[in-house]
Amino acid sequence: MSSFFAMGGYAFYVWSSYGAALLILGGIAIFSMARARQASRRLEELKRAAPHRRRREEAADGA
Amino acid sequence: MHRFANPARFQRLASIILPWSDVLTAGLLVSGLYFALFASPADYQQGETVRIMYIHVPAAWMAMFTYSVMAAASAASLIWKHPLADVAARAAAPIGAGFTAIALITGMLWGEPMWGTWWVWDARLTSVLILFFLYLGYMALVNAIENPAAAARAGAILALVGFVNIPIIKFSVDWWNTLHQPASVIKMGGPSIAPSMLLPLVLMALGFHFYFVSVLLRRMRSELDLARVRALEDAIALNSEEAAA
Repeated sequence: MSSFFAMGGYAFYVWSSYGAALLILGGIAIFSMARARQASRRLEELKRAAPHRRRREEAADGA
Repeated sequence: MHRFANPARFQRLASIILPWSDVLTAGLLVSGLYFALFASPADYQQGETVRIMYIHVPAAWMAMFTYSVMAAASAASLIWKHPLADVAARAAAPIGAGFTAIALITGMLWGEPMWGTWWVWDARLTSVLILFFLYLGYMALVNAIENPAAAARAGAILALVGFVNIPIIKFSVDWWNTLHQPASVIKMGGPSIAPSMLLPLVLMALGFHFYFVSVLLRRMRSELDLARVRALEDAIALNSEEAAA
């Protein structure tokens, strides 16, 4: 197992590469999901606050 | 074409695609990592550093693929005024910047032990660095302009002008003398790479593609929701002004 982590003496280069990819892709994914959730929550709030606009909005969506 | 331009239809389509693309992303990346780290051999020349390839090469492909998607969406936005095209281009930019950063960082981490240098100003490395700055410039530009239509137009023009860089990146290793090796996977006469190394490479590349789909759809969703939030907020502000008057 320890030879696996040692990566033939190249541990720093190999694990930094995988770590950087995980950090960047994970970061973008988490940030994007949080933003999507926040945006849809805010939209629902506003829809409830302005019910008179609701019918027109939905008609515009072609739903 | 405009049949798909309807945001409500897009939202429905996205909620059908997302569960599938999420599961495929996770499955492909987990199996890709298994083969990349455990079930593939070390290279006879490069030793274990060859495992950096399974991140570096798919990330570099995605850096160019994402920019091509962004340029195509920008063209659709300029030519057909497709309302979702601009949203797609905006949503793609940070993902492309992320993949480009990964390609650059892993390239340096691979170059130091194998070439003996973190960085050289050769054609391949320099053109990819320019790609990274194109992504950053695009994001800065569309965020700096307040009028959404003007921002979409300026962004689309920048993205299309910057597209000349993509063939330069692709052919830089053939046109100029560079430290970077030429293409060994996508080339005439098939890939010149052992099947045991091709498998993790393909799995990671497919995983990255589905990751792109998942994140792109989520980002497009929030862009559309935020546009409606702004419209509703304006309407509420207008109503309260009228009530006060």
